Amino acid sequence: MTAENNHIETSQRFKPPATRRDFLGLAATWSAIVAFVMATVGALRLPMPSVFPESNSRVKLGRPDRFAVGSATYFSKIRLWLFRDESGFKAISSVCTHLGCVAERQEDGQYLCPCHGSRFDQTGAVKGGPAPKGLVWLDLSLSPEGWIVADTLSDVGPETVLMAQV
Amino acid sequence: MSSIGGDHQTHHKPSHERGIGDKGALRDFGSNLLSTPIALRDSIIRHGKPTSDRAKSQTIFSNFFLHILPVRTHLHAIKATTTLGLGIATLVLFIILCVTGVLLMVYYKPSVDQAYASMLDIMHVVPTGRLMRNVHRWSAHAMVACVMLHMARAFYTAAYKRPRAFNWVIGMALFVLTLGLSFTGYLLPWDQLAFWAVTIGANIAQSPQELTDAIGITQYFDIGLWQKEVLLGAHHVGQEALIRFYVLHVMVLPVVTTILIGVHFWRIRKDGGLVRPSHADVDTDEMPALADVSTPLKSYGLMAMMKDKTPAVNREMRHTITTWPNVMYVIGAATMITVFAMLLLGYFFDAPLAEMANPTVPENPAKAPWYFLGLQELVSYSAFMGGVAIPAIVVLGLGLVPYLDREKEDVGLWFSGARGRRVAFISSVFGAVTVIGMLWFTVEFGWLRNWEATAHVPQIVITLFNPGTVLVALFAFWSVATVRVMNSTRMGAIALFTCFLVGFVILTYFATVHRGPNWNFYWSQSDWPVH
Repeated sequence: MTAENNHIETSQRFKPPATRRDFLGLAATWSAIVAFVMATVGALRLPMPSVFPESNSRVKLGRPDRFAVGSATYFSKIRLWLFRDESGFKAISSVCTHLGCVAERQEDGQYLCPCHGSRFDQTGAVKGGPAPKGLVWLDLSLSPEGWIVADTLSDVGPETVLMAQV
Repeated sequence: MSSIGGDHQTHHKPSHERGIGDKGALRDFGSNLLSTPIALRDSIIRHGKPTSDRAKSQTIFSNFFLHILPVRTHLHAIKATTTLGLGIATLVLFIILCVTGVLLMVYYKPSVDQAYASMLDIMHVVPTGRLMRNVHRWSAHAMVACVMLHMARAFYTAAYKRPRAFNWVIGMALFVLTLGLSFTGYLLPWDQLAFWAVTIGANIAQSPQELTDAIGITQYFDIGLWQKEVLLGAHHVGQEALIRFYVLHVMVLPVVTTILIGVHFWRIRKDGGLVRPSHADVDTDEMPALADVSTPLKSYGLMAMMKDKTPAVNREMRHTITTWPNVMYVIGAATMITVFAMLLLGYFFDAPLAEMANPTVPENPAKAPWYFLGLQELVSYSAFMGGVAIPAIVVLGLGLVPYLDREKEDVGLWFSGARGRRVAFISSVFGAVTVIGMLWFTVEFGWLRNWEATAHVPQIVITLFNPGTVLVALFAFWSVATVRVMNSTRMGAIALFTCFLVGFVILTYFATVHRGPNWNFYWSQSDWPVH
């Protein structure tokens, strides 16, 4: 290195270029940091499940002729009310949309949640309390052998009716 | 203790100079063997009996477990009114919880089929199992209470100011961790109370949906569902949730808490000990009648060194006493009182255990543990605001206090003196009146959905404008007004903290006593409908 070059490198007007040693040091440091962060993110991916234990959400409720016209049947395990009227079948989930308690159906057909007092009318619409949205109506279908099947993770419009012959 | 620091070998000659047949080595062996107990003791404790100042200093300084303490402690630090012993009590409770918790782990089975049965075993079959579980439960409640009281003490004596600002933040983290430990432990008995409290808790984690639904972005960014799935490993509380809570409760949270407790204590030491008012360093005639208040000839100053506003040269010894044994008495007393209280509670009062978890029927009313009941009242206005946003605002606000209020005067004084006492009093009246007024209004008249004109307002309005958010807004306004009127950020901080404290106490009381089935208002439990 000549004296002239040396002068340029150290002058105030030119920022001295990074030396090879600086570059390698910085590259090593940042690769280590990036590797550590990525490893942490990768490890934290583990608790995020890709399969859920209740992945089969479709539940057989019974043959249509089991339920009389005008009846209301409660399935406590899947927290579901099944109604039958002249038009057909419909099902509503009694899980409160506020914080997941089970709302109780009153004699007048309204729903009342015991945990924080949310109230819903017969159509599941919010009538009072903190619930952010109405109770969820569930999709009903007929299985090939003619059973009524409810999809507990579905969300269809209020009072969606499944037509079914007796 | 004649041979402290000495060598017990009786060398007559260096070994390489000994001839064959010389019995020196054998004699050494014999006497070494005889003096081994003493040599062992001296190799563990490498200083004499703590009679001299030097040995007292060494007792603290050369002991791994004690060296987090300074060798000399300011007299102010051991006055009962300085800390009320709440920090030590909290630590002792944590240790009790670790010990009883490990013992309970011996029999507890984290499985939905066996958890409840193993609880019954612990209560009725396992020797001392009932006492251990009771002590564990009461210590958990007591730890939450002590952490809160300790925080209030640190706040009102302005212990959060520079250089202790970051230690206040660590304290906030420990507060959150303590609540997390309680919440995760709550599920483990797998009884009705546990199941429904955690169902509610998990759905609070999901409640950001209330906001994302309202602005219509849930399908792109469903943070609520994501949080619930990570917490439960499922969509309902079940086996996956139980094992996750178990791992958090017995491993993750205790380890993180232990580390942060270490940092918390270490920083107290590095920040110059407990906060003390300036008058604590002024000479007075009335020095406490402790054994060794007299200034020693030699200070062992390096061992006593700590960072603080430097005292006058050569005066660092004034107003201090040796930590051994004076502070040890204080720590010992706080420990014994705490352990005794927990044993007493555990002996006479059984920890509750409801019937086994039944996912089909919620408890009515389903009440969270007392420290979450204030939040549960807020949650009954809006899940997201009461369960996520307001707690986040409170924790964030409290964490920022040391950075927003940096006034240096009047630290170490309760309420920073007479002016602060007045602000605290007026603020507690203001807080009480607004909270009680708001509760009365809500019970008497309901809220937006109960009125015809506003029955159909969009959910976002109810989320943002409900009794809980109105209270927080009033408190914020009150504290800003105090900053302005009193021209002091410290006074504003006192006003805000007092409002939140009073609000917490009243809401907790209200939800405990006056909320019954369907979260309706009742004057007392005897008015609850029979069913």
